[in-house]
Order: sequence, then structure tokens, then C-alpha cells
Amino acid sequence: MTLKAPSALETEKLAVTLDDTLIENSIIENTALKSIAQSPQHLSYRHAFMLVLKRDLTIAMRHKDDIINPLLFFVIVVTLFPLGIGPEAQTLSRIAPGIIWVAALLATLLSLDRLFKSDHLDGSLEQMLLSPHPIFVLVLAKIFAHWLITGLPLLLIAPLLAVLLHLNEQSYTALLLTLLLGTPVLSLLGAVGVALTVGIKKGGVLLSLLVLPLYIPVLIFATSAIDTAALGLPYSGQLAIIAALFFGSLTLAPFAVGAALKVSTN
Amino acid sequence: MNILPKKISTPLISAVNLTCIREERLLFDELSLEINPGDIVQVEGPNGSGKTSLLRILSGLSQPYDGKILYKNQVINYCREEFHQNLLYFGHLSGVKGEMTAEENLDFNLALHGNKTEENLAYLAKVNLAGFEDSLASHLSAGQHRRIALARLYQSNAPIWILDEPFTAIDKQGVASLEKLFSAHAERGGCVILTTHQDLISIKPEQVKKITLDYSYDSAFD
Repeated sequence: MTLKAPSALETEKLAVTLDDTLIENSIIENTALKSIAQSPQHLSYRHAFMLVLKRDLTIAMRHKDDIINPLLFFVIVVTLFPLGIGPEAQTLSRIAPGIIWVAALLATLLSLDRLFKSDHLDGSLEQMLLSPHPIFVLVLAKIFAHWLITGLPLLLIAPLLAVLLHLNEQSYTALLLTLLLGTPVLSLLGAVGVALTVGIKKGGVLLSLLVLPLYIPVLIFATSAIDTAALGLPYSGQLAIIAALFFGSLTLAPFAVGAALKVSTN
Repeated sequence: MNILPKKISTPLISAVNLTCIREERLLFDELSLEINPGDIVQVEGPNGSGKTSLLRILSGLSQPYDGKILYKNQVINYCREEFHQNLLYFGHLSGVKGEMTAEENLDFNLALHGNKTEENLAYLAKVNLAGFEDSLASHLSAGQHRRIALARLYQSNAPIWILDEPFTAIDKQGVASLEKLFSAHAERGGCVILTTHQDLISIKPEQVKKITLDYSYDSAFD
């Protein structure tokens, strides 16, 4: 642009072109920004779920304590009972459902702490809360991983331990079904408790106090179903209630966990 | 002729009347700020003056006692997903899992925030971790942990970078290349908000905006 003394009209023109260039600049600026802030590529729920699941399982495989510890606890507790009570088949088969379920419950409680604690301590929990994925998807993946690591091994080893306790033959299916539906409930409800206590230095006692009362319905209906099965009666009612607990907690717990984690990291 | 505003670009992130109270101490009060594309903002202040608290509030991890944070003039609580897509927060906990290798850690961190995970080895090489891709992070040093986490910066699409003490445990060379990265990011139209006790060496002082938090006991609850 050549410089000469502008007339009044020209000055106005100049101002207009200046404004135009300003707009252009701002447009350029905006497009530049857009190129930085491209929408991320993989934002599907399934992708996020698989990502976290894979990560948690990888960590568990390399840190085998997580898998072995609750399982070993479960086996030891169950095998100690015949030693303490005596080997009479009748007594043992009477208390077998209760022993197996209480042991499974305590074994889950023992493993709960790891669900969010280590992630909280090394900062990866913060990163998950700051990811663009909805928190409930990530939480659900973590809980599912937790169940695969702790609940599933219990489910697989329980029939063997039931033999030790002379569990009634008719009760095996009931035992497996109640464990299959019940252990995920333990993981889901437990996760809410862990999420609430993760920010507290020594939250172990508080966690048990929070979570154990929530576990009681599962325990009552599961043992009742196994007892009913031993008598040869239908136990679908108890099973339906456990299934209701499962679906209720499956749909609601992840949201509660997400909210609790936000509070805990605040 | 329409009267056009001189400046059309909206601030990337702005805070309105923030008040933060921790342990019954008033850390800051009525703090308002606007951070525009291209800004490098250094938050200064003595230990315990609320630098980390401010960054956590800006990133949405903590809730302020009072006030609000806006992302492009929207309250962040109402546009959480969009805000988080455009945010990279690096806290003083690096978020690196000891049980995973350097590459797996970087992959996960990138994928979690929706970034591409190709060419990761190149990014690890940029933070001097070439040859350590397959080492478990627990076998690496504290500085290398931080470097794994910082490698994300090279691949990030997010315009807003909030970095809490990014230079901790990083050697001089690393600091220099990080500073270069920050200037490049600001030139691309991003913004960097960081806390550090060191002076920025390669970034000119006039490019850096400073926010000084100065907690004084007298100002608490009067």
C-alpha cells in the first residue's frame, strides 16, 4: 500500500479494509485453532471400555498378587472350617453355603482397595476423570476387570471347595448361579464404597463399614437359594432377587462411582 | 456499515471471581483471568500459595469455593466432554503405571484422550527414551517417568495445556526442549498455563504473562 495523505473518504475506506483484514486475521486464527483441536478419532464407548479393560488386565497379569491374594484367602478360609468344626458330613453340608458365601464376600472386600487406590496414588485416576469419555464407561470397565480378576476365579474354584464341605449334590447349580450373579454385585457395590474412601489415607475400616451392610441382601438370598436347592425345591425366586440386585447395581453403580470419584479427587 | 468488534477471538479459558479456600485458609479471592490463544501463562507464588489449587480448578478437577470457569464462554460443567477434548492436564503425579512399559503407558494415555497412537516410538525418542520403549516403567527413574508422561505433549491436539510443575526432575536439556515446545504450541494458537519455580530461559519474558499468588495470613477471612 502506498502512503499518501488520504482524503476523508479514503480514510473511511482504509478503516473498512483494516477492519476486513482484522476479520480475516481472526478467521485465520480460528481455523488455525480448529486444526489443533480436531475432534478426537476414537471416542466410541466400546473403544473406551476395551481400552481400560485391557489396561487393567495387563496390570493384573504383571502384578499377580492381585489375582492370587483373594483367591488364596478364599481357599484358606474355606479349608479351615472342616479343621475347626470337625469332619462330620452332616454339619458341614449344613453350613457349607454360608461358609462359601461369607468367604467369597470377605475375599472380595479384601481385593476392593486395589480397584482405585493405585490409580489414585499415581495420578492416573485424575487423567481418567479428565478424559473426554464419560466416566461411567471407564468405571464400568474397571469394575468388570475387577470382577474378572477376583470374582471369576472364586466362581471357578468354588465347586472344588464345595466338595470339601460335602455340599449337597443338588445345590451345585444353585451355588454356581448365585456366585455368577452375586459376585458382580459385590464388585459393583464395593466400587461405590472404594470410590468414596479413595481420598482418605486410612479408609480401610470405613470401607468395610460402608460396604458390608450393602452386601447383606446378596448373602441372605444367595445362601437361602442354595439351601432351598438342597431340599429339591425351586429357588428361582431368590435367584430373581439376586438378578434384580445385579441389574440394579449394574445400571446405577457406575454413575454413583463416577460422582464419588469426583468428590474424592476434589 | 456494521460496527465490528476489534477482537473476535474468544478467550480459550477464563475464570470469573474465583475464590479458593483450603483448610480454612483463603488462598485467593475474586480472581478473574482470561487466557487467549497464544498465551503462555506462568503462575507464581511461594509453596502453599494455591498454584496447584488454581490449576486443578481451571482444569475442572476441583470445584472452587465460589466463581466459575468458562471454556469459550461456556461454563465447563455444562460442556465437560468438549472441554476435556481440548484440555491436556499434567499434574504433579505423572499418571504412569509401573506395571506397564513406557510405550504402553504412552499409548494408553494418548488413546484415553482420543489422540492417535501411531508413531509413538518417535515421540518417546523426542523425550530421550529411545531404547526404553519396552522397559517397565517401574524400572525407570523418576525423571524418566515424567518424560513418559510428557511425551504426550508432542502428540496432543488439545489447545489448552495446563501443566503443574512440568520441569520437576527433568534435566537441563529436557527443560530447553520443553520450552521450545511451549513456544511452538503458543504460536499454533494454543495456550500454556504452567507453574514452575524456575525462570523460563528460552521464552522471552515479554511473551510470558505472570499470575502471582501471594498468600498472606492477614487476608484470611477479614
